Amino acid sequence: MTGTAPDVAIVGVGATPYWRRGQSWPRTMTELAGDAILAAVEEAGLSVKDIDGFAYYSEAGAGYGDKFDTALFMETLGIPEVTFSATLTAGGGGAAGSIGLARAAILAGDANVVVTVMALQQAKQRLGSVFAAVAPNPINSFLQPSGLSGPGHLMSVLTRRHMHDYGTRREAFAEIAISQRQNALNRPKAIMRDPITLEDYFNARMIADPLCLLDFCLETDGAIAVITTSVERAKDLRQPPVPVVAAAHGGARDWGRAFAWFGMPQETFASSGHAAVAKHLFRRAGVGPEDIDVALLYDHFSPMVLMQLEDYGFCKKGEGGEFVESGAIRYKGGSIPVNTHGGQLSECYIIGMTHILEGVEQMRGTAINQVEDAELALVTGGPAALPVSGLILGKHL
Amino acid sequence: MSGVVAQALPGEQVHITTNPDTEPFWEAAKEDRLVVLQCGNCGVFRMPPTPFCPNCQSKEKKWPELSGRATVFSYSVVHGFPGIKDIVLVAAVLDLEGAPGARLVTDIVEVDPEDVQIGMEVEVLFSPIADGWKLPLFRPVSS
Repeated sequence: MTGTAPDVAIVGVGATPYWRRGQSWPRTMTELAGDAILAAVEEAGLSVKDIDGFAYYSEAGAGYGDKFDTALFMETLGIPEVTFSATLTAGGGGAAGSIGLARAAILAGDANVVVTVMALQQAKQRLGSVFAAVAPNPINSFLQPSGLSGPGHLMSVLTRRHMHDYGTRREAFAEIAISQRQNALNRPKAIMRDPITLEDYFNARMIADPLCLLDFCLETDGAIAVITTSVERAKDLRQPPVPVVAAAHGGARDWGRAFAWFGMPQETFASSGHAAVAKHLFRRAGVGPEDIDVALLYDHFSPMVLMQLEDYGFCKKGEGGEFVESGAIRYKGGSIPVNTHGGQLSECYIIGMTHILEGVEQMRGTAINQVEDAELALVTGGPAALPVSGLILGKHL
Repeated sequence: MSGVVAQALPGEQVHITTNPDTEPFWEAAKEDRLVVLQCGNCGVFRMPPTPFCPNCQSKEKKWPELSGRATVFSYSVVHGFPGIKDIVLVAAVLDLEGAPGARLVTDIVEVDPEDVQIGMEVEVLFSPIADGWKLPLFRPVSS
């Protein structure tokens, strides 16, 4: 079914509890990330001393404003030696692609047990106003004075253009919010477990019109770690290995700095910026969108789910609104179940890591909202400044 | 009509910094002139100002003065800003007349947000901000 035999697999995932913004304090970021790493190695049947590589994304960012430090993890967790420590650049766009970075390290022979970790704690700086809090510099001086103070504000400008170019309706964004909330209702860890209706959506406070409160992801705290290793090593471990079928990161200049730039040509402007990565990802995997059984699409803001459905070819460019409104992304009855974990809109936001976690559980067959007979899961990083990224996970080695 | 008039952030709260590539834009704005960076070799426009022309990699720069008219490519009606709860901003991405391919991110002021549309014609005005600089803002073209 897929292109070539997989060479690496995810063998362990670990997560902390999920909290509303700021409520994980007084645990430190190092404690949160360390808890997730220890849980992931324990689940895999490994010792923390087996870790020899770190593959980060978001410039090894620890949430917003802090950085992870491999040496500090080694010092406190007792990891004796590492032979690989690297990160993808930019931000949450690299979430899924960080597993590709782990794969690169393993294939090169640089490391064998590689951890990817992200933690988020919004006690000092919240996501919602992150751009207003950044010190002015010569490039952002062409953006910041406009008052577009957070990522959702910036993406609302792309959304407006999509609505203008293709007739996309707010009802489509509502369907994304409603269907993902539906998926979160039965999840013990989900932050939001009350159903929402179309009426709730249209009554929600406008933040950056056309986007309202329910289009914005949650502001939450927590940490998740993922362990990737070679297929050979994976065979002897505790969990059924989840093979990495393909991973890709990067993107085209036409998208570039994206909504920090706003210079994209018209067709790319109203997109998720994932088209180039989608092409490479499917080519490397030897599959197409029709082969994907469950899609875990980075949902910082609901319209970006719709635009990724277009860029990954689940529907034609410009037809995302109609596609979503038809019920196609529903867990029950949809043709391509999307964000079966409730996503960042309803379960928890840890900068893309919950999507990898759900992809792993779907391939193990242990997901709470398990897609029957699912054999391929698509996981994406956030539509944002390049690199953006995608990952296809499989079931069989 | 919503009765709301879109504003910009209070000028004293708006801070910019410059570098040798961007300073001519801001120096011109101080004199109420809207200029744009054009490659001195191949003529391609680009904003914000960066060292190289992405088309020909030249570092030659020209700063032609524009008419100050622009077209709304897209926009958002922003409700609130950290510390200014009730402000309404129309943050907009504009195509600049006379500089195809170069866009400016700005605010449209002196307008009811409900009257703003993609494709709308706007014109520049210059508003004081911190440290003696001026910020180009836009308003609907007076009919």
